[in-house]
Amino acid sequence: MMKNVTASMAGTVINVLVQAGDQVNQGQDVVVLESMKMEVPIQAEADGKVVEVKVNVGDFVNDGDVILVLE
Amino acid sequence: MRKVLIANRGEIARRIIRTCKAQGVATVAVYSEADRNLPFVREADEAVHIGPPPVPHSYLNVEAIIAAAKETGADAVHPGYGLLSENAAFARRCRDEGLVFIGPSPEVIAQMGDKLTARRVMREAGVPVVPGCEEPVNTPDEAARVAAEIGYPVMLKASAGGGGIGMQICRDEAELRQAFQSARGRAKAYFGSDAMYVEAYVDSPRHIEVQIAGDAHGTVIHLLERECSIQRRHQKVLEESPSPFLDELARQRLCEAAVTAARAVGYTGVGTVEFIMDGNKNFYFLEMNTRLQVEHPVTEEMTGLDLVALQLEIARGNALPVAQGDVKALRHAIELRVYAEDPVTFLPSPGTITYYRPPQMDGVRVDDGVETGTQVTPFYDPMIAKVIASGTTREEAIQRAREAMRQFEVTGIKTNIPFLLEVLGDEAFRRGVYTTRFVEERKEKTT
Repeated sequence: MMKNVTASMAGTVINVLVQAGDQVNQGQDVVVLESMKMEVPIQAEADGKVVEVKVNVGDFVNDGDVILVLE
Repeated sequence: MRKVLIANRGEIARRIIRTCKAQGVATVAVYSEADRNLPFVREADEAVHIGPPPVPHSYLNVEAIIAAAKETGADAVHPGYGLLSENAAFARRCRDEGLVFIGPSPEVIAQMGDKLTARRVMREAGVPVVPGCEEPVNTPDEAARVAAEIGYPVMLKASAGGGGIGMQICRDEAELRQAFQSARGRAKAYFGSDAMYVEAYVDSPRHIEVQIAGDAHGTVIHLLERECSIQRRHQKVLEESPSPFLDELARQRLCEAAVTAARAVGYTGVGTVEFIMDGNKNFYFLEMNTRLQVEHPVTEEMTGLDLVALQLEIARGNALPVAQGDVKALRHAIELRVYAEDPVTFLPSPGTITYYRPPQMDGVRVDDGVETGTQVTPFYDPMIAKVIASGTTREEAIQRAREAMRQFEVTGIKTNIPFLLEVLGDEAFRRGVYTTRFVEERKEKTT
């Protein structure tokens, strides 16, 4: 089953910590956003293998945008 | 000075416009695409679009700002706080272009912007500094050597940092070694310099700063202190003055040290000397902010002076219109910073403000930058408003502050108003007994 990891707030992607093929655990930081001059880590909501990373460093994401897909 | 360009945004741009209007000085706002509909843009006499939302392309875009000044015929530039306000190259560029930069000289900005240089200058002037290293430390070994000499815990800081950014407390050698490389990398990324230094950690620390003003004729005065110990993530959330911690003797010594510091660098303009004070009222120079401070209204409500008006007078080359003997604490003032953030986790909360109604009360001033319908974007600082409550006593100021926070209505985004109300109702705060660890200690108590 595919699961999306979404942005919990709007911001700019300043770091992508995983790549396709990586195994991640629930609660693990996968991407770091910068919002309102603050670094905000985004965590995987479940265990899984990264199928696709949808963002690159420098991208702007809105609240709810899909950041990566897990299976 | 006939026309001032304001190289800033939000509430501080509005604040500067207010004093300029009162003096018949025309104003030019500059704005990014994200700020097109904000109140400050329409309140200025003219407004120039300078670029897309990210600050490197707009509010830090020196070329676009200088071009806006030329195009509108502005003869002076007010940098506000943050952004380009402590950028010596920008101040120099303004000077080279024949624009009056409302602030100290580029030389002073550069000197105070480098925290290691500032420490040296202050030590030589006889102002106490926190024990620590004199030269940058380049490796974990060097840092550990200095830390062993001064004793743990220590603060690891970026020389080009400031305002609480780029500093870290290290409780032992393992922590210091672990923190060193990442802190250094962050310093490089944020400030363009990876020079790091190590300072002693001051126990039971209070963060107390002194407002100073110096004119081009060599006169320097202080405008008393501001108590800024209530912080989250090393950033201030509530400031008050007079400080409940100081007695008259400590106040006098602190303010005199600030004047000595300002004289030592030939300071012109309004500025702030930040000190850290331990439980025994020993104090040490931390850094000098060579600009108007976010919390300047605390001093204004306490003394009845207009600090932006002072800035304009000094920039015109006039003598300070107030003498030291005229500066009195007439009231007690408390400022609350209202942030678009979660009141528990302090995580940012950008979004659209669906309803906005600030408090309207006697003894309560509101400096804000938003209104109903404003989009609070993720590109800038989360502060949307400052509420400054004052009264003849501290107790009265606190009562007014609490009532103001209860009346403040903001919907559509989360704000820290519930947190501010908790602080105002806290027993230790009410007694005036608190340190920079206040927020942390409250968290520890409740979890």
